[in-house]
Amino acid sequence: MASRHQLGEPVVIVEGVEKAFGALKVLKDVALTVRRGETVCIIGPSGSGKSTLLRCINALVPISRGSISVAGREVNDPALDKLALRRDVGIVFQQYNLFPHKNALQNVMMAPLHVLKQDKAEVEARARMLLAKVGLSDKLATYPGELSGGQQQRVAIARSLAMNPKVMLFDEVTAALDPETKKEVLVTIQDLAAEGMTCILVTHEMGFAREVADHVYFTDGGVIVEHGPPGDLFGTPREERTRAFLDKVL
Amino acid sequence: MIAAYFERLNETQGLNFSVFYDAFDRGRFLTGLWTTSYICVVAIAASLALGLLGVWLAGSRSRLARLLVRGYVQFFRNTPPLVQLSFFYFAVATLLPTVSDGFGGRSPLVSGTGWAIIAFSLFAGAFNVEIFRAGIEAVPSTTVEAAESLGYTRLQLYIHVVIPLAFRICLPALNNNLINLVKTTTLAYAIGVPELLYAASQIWSESFNVREMMNVLLITYVLLVAILVFVMGRWEKAMRIPGYST
Amino acid sequence: MRASSTDLPVLLPYRSPAGIAPSGLAAPILLGGATLACFAILFGASLALAQVTARPAGESAAAVLMRWAPLIFQGFLFNILISFLSMALGTVVGVLVGIAQVSVVAPVRGAAWGLTQFFRNAPWLVLLFYAMFLLPFEFSVFGLTIAFPAWIKAIIGLALPVAANVSEIVRGGIRSIPSGQWESAESLAFTRRQTMWMIILPQAFKRMIPPWMNLYAILTMATTLISVVGIQDGLTITRAALVAESRPELMIPMYLLLLLMFFAYCYPIARATLSLERRFNVKA
Repeated sequence: MASRHQLGEPVVIVEGVEKAFGALKVLKDVALTVRRGETVCIIGPSGSGKSTLLRCINALVPISRGSISVAGREVNDPALDKLALRRDVGIVFQQYNLFPHKNALQNVMMAPLHVLKQDKAEVEARARMLLAKVGLSDKLATYPGELSGGQQQRVAIARSLAMNPKVMLFDEVTAALDPETKKEVLVTIQDLAAEGMTCILVTHEMGFAREVADHVYFTDGGVIVEHGPPGDLFGTPREERTRAFLDKVL
Repeated sequence: MIAAYFERLNETQGLNFSVFYDAFDRGRFLTGLWTTSYICVVAIAASLALGLLGVWLAGSRSRLARLLVRGYVQFFRNTPPLVQLSFFYFAVATLLPTVSDGFGGRSPLVSGTGWAIIAFSLFAGAFNVEIFRAGIEAVPSTTVEAAESLGYTRLQLYIHVVIPLAFRICLPALNNNLINLVKTTTLAYAIGVPELLYAASQIWSESFNVREMMNVLLITYVLLVAILVFVMGRWEKAMRIPGYST
Repeated sequence: MRASSTDLPVLLPYRSPAGIAPSGLAAPILLGGATLACFAILFGASLALAQVTARPAGESAAAVLMRWAPLIFQGFLFNILISFLSMALGTVVGVLVGIAQVSVVAPVRGAAWGLTQFFRNAPWLVLLFYAMFLLPFEFSVFGLTIAFPAWIKAIIGLALPVAANVSEIVRGGIRSIPSGQWESAESLAFTRRQTMWMIILPQAFKRMIPPWMNLYAILTMATTLISVVGIQDGLTITRAALVAESRPELMIPMYLLLLLMFFAYCYPIARATLSLERRFNVKA
């Protein structure tokens, strides 16, 4: 079920965003608003620009036009303090997420130690707590190559949480997993959302979107075709393209 | 005891392994071995440094720097090392000034050994640039993006994530190249550097024990390379990432 | 520690480069052209310098170079000839040793492995010396004494490391074929020999080509070693030309000329290797 707690003021505001890679326009006039505590799912066919949009939100990819503001910070401002932005936004990718040469605990500890320069004992304690939270307290000393895909993704989630973000972005994090391991990751995300974390998920998991999301956006060809609460979007889609897509995947 | 055995071998069978019983020959052989090892060590270090410098320049913003590196790599990879060595020793050396050698004569600024080291370092360095570059490219882009998203600056990213990973990835190819470098040092013979092959050739031209010396030489080099392979293998094992297999 | 394979990979598989990938630059041909242009500029510049610093009464440097160039080129062609013959001999022997390395008969496998490792780890020049000195300078068969010319000994000497490297390439190629192929063949009642020659080798052949071409380029460059053991080749002729002219300002242009010839031959091979490697998508 969608989260029932109070939704706060908007924390991610995307307006009129365009992104072109050379001649190819990947995003055309995208607008999105995410409120604090909200869980938003972005669905759509491959190549519709969903992953690019996520990468624009945390300034991995600069936008060509428009504006994105995260927790009051303008992402496209050239004077942006990237470190401050990345403290506020955590992201988990589809694969090759973790640092393979460090074990799970070290992976979670690395960023607070190197980037935030926090005290080692504190960082370790928090890392242990986070790994316990994602259900991996017995895998602290294991390396990513020895973990299953689902376990790796959960470590990746814990690692992003270590920076205490306000918003968590998930880029098709279960797409490369097999069905058994998908579930453990989705449950972790669901718990996170239930605790009040603002989450933006790009996903193909329609079941998850229907159950957990507060709001769903459907993108196609670089524009947001339709958006609304999952009940409305999945039940009675207004646009033809939405209907066609949902017919194909459901 | 070993010396006595080989002397007897020479008298009875005519198999003259003079390096084992003759102090002078042994001395020359060991000096040659030392020179070879010296050249190897210095050239390995210099070629690694060149490789790192090259790969850093190859990622530079300046188009000129990138072209320079590519030109360097192309040149040294597609021309014979012996001709490169001759070029440096015979052609470039004549351009350089000579220094007084303290005996009233003049000697070249850079000795034969020096040119050998320079030429071999440049040769192996060119291969290293490619190896390092491939290693860095083999680090997945999402891993780099993940580190960037955690707030790592470009420099921190390289130090903590890219270089440790790239290094482990390219270690086998790097070891291969270093072994090749050890084998290439024999070319210094052509410019009269008193390395191992030269020492052996001097011994056999005086004692007429070509066959024996050849075998000793061959086995010595195979052992040298085997030692390097062993050391590199141990290092590879120590750097191994658990759970990752090619 | 058992290397477990996860359902989500942690690191991309590494492909060692056979040639140079001009990432970030527009056209590979442009790149080769650029280096060739740099080469030519260097060559031209050194020639011009030689011209300027030439003794007034002598021939112009360019004319001297033109006079010697055909001879040097002939020497270079001799290098190429040696490379062909050596590669042919080494490949034939190497393929047999390579197949022996995967033999089910342990002594054969061990011997092949030992031979391969030994000749791979020995420096090429030492092996060349070995062949030159230890092969007889003439041998008699059926009462006829046939002279064993030096350049044939050189070919054999160079073929030794080539064979060892080809053996490794062949072994690597065979091993890179998925075991599913062996299993399917076995279940279809193929003998091991049939499997090897009819199923495995044809597939492995494609994969072996890029490293084999790479080896050929290395061999071509190694043919200059024969100048050290007293055989006339491009390098000896270049040196002889310089000695004959005894004009120090000619040294750089002449060496650059020889380097240019080798570059013009080996660089296209390197590029072809790279494009083949990409096409076959092989871990070289």
